[in-house]
Amino acid sequence: MSISTENNILVAENVSKSFDNNLIIDNINIHLKNREIVSLLGQSGVGKSTLFNILSGIYLPDSGKVYLKGEDITGKPGKISYMLQKDLLLPYKTVLDNTALPLIIKGMKKKDARAKASALFAQFGLEGCEKKYPAQLSGGMRQRAALLRTYLSSDGIALLDEPFSALDTLTKSAMHKWYLDIMAKIDLATVFITHDIDEAILLSDRIYIMTGKPGEITAEIVINRKKPRPDNFNLSEEFLEYKRTIVEKLL
Amino acid sequence: MLIVAVWAAVCGFDVVPSYMLPSPQSVAKAFIEDFPLLLEHSATTLAEAGIGLGIGIILAFVTASLMDRFRLLYTALYPLLIISQTIPTVAIAPILIMWMGYDMAPKIALIVITTFFPITVSLLDGYASVDKDAVSLLRSMGAKNSRIFFTVKLPSSLSQFFAGLKISVSYAVVGGVIAEWLGGFEGLGVYMTRVRKAYQFDKMFAVIIFIIIISLLLMVAVSLIRKAVMPWERKGDKK
Ligand SMILES: Nc1ncnc2c1ncn2[C@@H]1O[C@H](COP(=O)(O)OP(=O)(O)OP(=O)(O)O)[C@@H](O)[C@H]1O
Ligand SMILES: [Mg+2]
Repeated sequence: MSISTENNILVAENVSKSFDNNLIIDNINIHLKNREIVSLLGQSGVGKSTLFNILSGIYLPDSGKVYLKGEDITGKPGKISYMLQKDLLLPYKTVLDNTALPLIIKGMKKKDARAKASALFAQFGLEGCEKKYPAQLSGGMRQRAALLRTYLSSDGIALLDEPFSALDTLTKSAMHKWYLDIMAKIDLATVFITHDIDEAILLSDRIYIMTGKPGEITAEIVINRKKPRPDNFNLSEEFLEYKRTIVEKLL
Repeated sequence: MLIVAVWAAVCGFDVVPSYMLPSPQSVAKAFIEDFPLLLEHSATTLAEAGIGLGIGIILAFVTASLMDRFRLLYTALYPLLIISQTIPTVAIAPILIMWMGYDMAPKIALIVITTFFPITVSLLDGYASVDKDAVSLLRSMGAKNSRIFFTVKLPSSLSQFFAGLKISVSYAVVGGVIAEWLGGFEGLGVYMTRVRKAYQFDKMFAVIIFIIIISLLLMVAVSLIRKAVMPWERKGDKK
């Protein structure tokens, strides 16, 4: 193995995938440490979601392997939880039952699952919403509920595919703050897919830049700024410097 | 309202002879006088409709669920389902009566046949409309097929199911009446045949209006059940 699986909760090794003889992503290597937030930044169509589907085991890569805590999970769905831009909350279940669903599927008793999920409601900014239906919540709240569900179905790792991109700017920036806050408290490592450069710098410990056709990882940038980051981090010289570097590498 | 007014005017000015088109007043009178009799006959028709619809729903659920589960079954049965619908109800009713006699059995069979199709098709549409991403998500949580069926497919199909049911309740009543025309001892259809043979047009109209009212009431009942079974639809409206 070229990349050690020690310290790394998730490793993708030499992953390639084509659709209809069209190479979409080529020889991708990424890794993720415990509790790390790593962004995957790239233009639309570069193959981010394709890589995401390989990591979550929904697609089988043409070549390459995916390891979760050292175990080969290539093409095995059900090991890594994920969240999409669509919240996919079931409209006919209450918010509490939606978030408790992964626990119930794993065999937990309904009562225990509800108790475990509702204990996290305050932390996820959802207090008082237990008995509501998803349609009664705002977009931001629905994404928080979806993240809680993702967290409850996860085993220390989650993949988020543009989770906030459907939100309006103000809600989005409130969600960023909240997200960093919650990630500092819970035990979760995430691969965060986005095409928003600011969002990537703001949230990530590390950023992979994906470019080209077929898509390849062409750069890796470590955001050295310690967390918690100050509110005006996105206005600092340091931030702009990162942004400049990234824009250059994306072109 | 307008229809009734025009109707009253046409009768008032003797445009059509009154034995062919009775006036609204005489129909209303017949309706009130016959009401106990109509109720009595409707008990039979409603019993047939209820039993037939019940069997139709169960059969539709079983068929649609199996067709959704097994692709091959879907491909094999779907065209048959469509073709079966081009067979006119009126044409099979006499055959059913020849086979099954003058009791409730042939009427129920006819209602099953007429209600089964719209419910099956609406359920199939419902199953097909389920969000594939939601199914993948549940699978990623480790859910088995049966769990996915009861957690995602079935509840997502409820609104289509109720749409199909709404049509089917009126089909059920009308189907029952048609079967009763062709022979039987009790029921609104039997009563209709009797008054028709006696040329009692006012009573004919009264039965027809009575049947329309029953169908409408049943459709309202379906809407009420839908609201009770799907509370999230109501709550979703007021944010
Ligand atoms: N199942 C599939 N079959 C065929 N082609 C596919 C499939 N999935 C993705 N592709 C193709 O792969 C390419 C990359 O798609 P992908 O969804 O991974 O891009 P992306 O980086 O996530 O884009 P976006 O930012 O718009 O979400 C696209 O050209 C797309 O048409
Ligand atoms: Mg994508």
